[in-house]
Amino acid sequence: MAVTEQHGGVIAKARRAAARVAAVVCAVAVFSSAVHAGVLPEERADVLFHSYDGGGVTIQGPSLLVRKQFAENFSASANYYVDRVTSASIDVVSTASPYTEERTQYSVGFDYLHDGWLLNLGFTTSEENDYTAETFSVGISQDFFGDLTTLSLGYSVGSDEVRRRGDATFRADVDRRQYRLGLSQILTRSLLLGFSFETITDEGYLNNPYRSVRYVDDESALGFSWESEVYPRTRTSDAAAIRLRYYLPYRAAVHAEYRAYTDSWDIGADTFEIGYTHPLEGGWTLEARVRSYSQTAASFYRDLFPRREFQNFMARDKELSTFDSTSLRLGASYDVLRAGWRFVERGTLNIAYDRITFDYADFRDVTRGGAPGEEPSYRFSADVVQLYMSFWF
Amino acid sequence: MSTGITKLRGRRQAAFALRAAALGCAAALPLLSGCAIEPWVKPYERDRIADPIMSWDRDPVSSAYMHHVYEAREGARGATGSAGGGCGCN
Amino acid sequence: MLRTMLGMAASLLLAMTVNAGELSGPAPNFSLMSRSGEQVSLEDLKGQVVMINFWATWCGPCRREMPHLEALHQRYSNLGFTLLGINVEDDTRGVEKFLRETPVSFEVLYDPTNKVSALYDVIAMPSTVMVDREGNLRFMHHGYQAGFEHEYQAQIRALLRE
Repeated sequence: MAVTEQHGGVIAKARRAAARVAAVVCAVAVFSSAVHAGVLPEERADVLFHSYDGGGVTIQGPSLLVRKQFAENFSASANYYVDRVTSASIDVVSTASPYTEERTQYSVGFDYLHDGWLLNLGFTTSEENDYTAETFSVGISQDFFGDLTTLSLGYSVGSDEVRRRGDATFRADVDRRQYRLGLSQILTRSLLLGFSFETITDEGYLNNPYRSVRYVDDESALGFSWESEVYPRTRTSDAAAIRLRYYLPYRAAVHAEYRAYTDSWDIGADTFEIGYTHPLEGGWTLEARVRSYSQTAASFYRDLFPRREFQNFMARDKELSTFDSTSLRLGASYDVLRAGWRFVERGTLNIAYDRITFDYADFRDVTRGGAPGEEPSYRFSADVVQLYMSFWF
Repeated sequence: MSTGITKLRGRRQAAFALRAAALGCAAALPLLSGCAIEPWVKPYERDRIADPIMSWDRDPVSSAYMHHVYEAREGARGATGSAGGGCGCN
Repeated sequence: MLRTMLGMAASLLLAMTVNAGELSGPAPNFSLMSRSGEQVSLEDLKGQVVMINFWATWCGPCRREMPHLEALHQRYSNLGFTLLGINVEDDTRGVEKFLRETPVSFEVLYDPTNKVSALYDVIAMPSTVMVDREGNLRFMHHGYQAGFEHEYQAQIRALLRE
């Protein structure tokens, strides 16, 4: 049986479900005050162009941020973000034809500072032709012990609507809750320590209306056939991270980070990152980072099921598989307007390049041919480029 | 397979223990804030920590984008940011 | 989980900080090198109302407070008022650069070893202490928030009238 559009539609949109949630979570992160509690977040404006190219997918677009203080205790911010996707990914090519689409996201945030505690409210909405996501978040932070310790708490609630192109009657919902706890400690004049914890619960239609799993089918010309994926209706995840930041005496900074992750789908992941920031005379700052990620598969994930309707929950999303990912980042930043210009205090021009490699242990590349279940494992690399300008006023 | 499950159980226990400890500390903190613990890094000694290169997140728009790139392709999510540090002014 | 967090949030709200108040007792004497190269001693300023401000270029609220301090100095300096800006940084090159771009007319003193900061128990940046004509500590402010300059002005006028 030849692969048909009916099963695939736009398989890479399978990843898009997680992408939307991820994007909204991360937009929330821009606004949930990565700052200390005694002062409002900095006033700034950023213009960024992002480009991702890897695994047959290219995604480009802008991200704009403006943050302004009002009345000395209050600041407001807004972010506009777009993903323009052209996709001929492994999932798409296996089952369907390439597609393009666009996702637009708007966020607003408010910060209120009173007597040393900082309150933050944020709202984000993300829209594409078959998915709408809305998230409301609240956060609070306070300094203790001579401002050496910062405690922050955050809570977000999100509500998504999932639709399906070509089927106007299809409507499903997702409810998301996120609970965040952060603890930051100044250890010495040169050393910072941070902990963060986050629990996320999702409930509703958590899979993708277009994606399929495959099963052994001797009657098929390929040796396998496709059927719709089935996910549990709930997912609870816990992540715990520790990070350190150290100031080197000749004026540079080094940081290290580890995050442990588990969830109710039995996915386990470890993330390690180390980075180095080096300012030079003349206004340049250079940065390098290495990140290593490894994950073990969800309990209901398989690349190839032995027969149709093998079990209650079935997934073949490579995001839920066993894989490693390594990335290397190089960045350069140049100070401009050091003496200021009108209301602008200073600015930077920045470029960052990331090379990310994904190496899957139990997700196979069906486009490469081979007996079902014995195709070569999939791996790909992606180039991510960011060009951005930042201004502080 | 069994080592995978053992590793998973261990990681889960670790994550749970860390979370319980953090919640305990965090719950105690507001109550302890009245105690007079002398800060060992004085406010006037925070020049290095106030340096922008020591900021947890110097470019929030760029880091939010990178977190999105990873979370859209990986199973893990959450615990990506930190607050605190800085000049500690006011 | 949510209930625990709400409880903690409530506790956070209750942890208020005190940032202004009255002091008493004689102001500890000190002698520091000024920007112009002279040694300045607090004892020599007896008879004047002295406002001591501890600041640093890396401190945002300190930088925001500067224009208000400059305005106060220009307004009251020939009425028996002196403002001393004690800079707490150990590298003075950055301070010189900052003051070239944002000049001030009041005396800037360097305290690179932080001995005066420790003497005056500086617990926030910036910190301001008011000393009366007899050399006694009278008022203090920790941090800077909009509106503090009005309090400074009221306190200076009260001390000048004594």
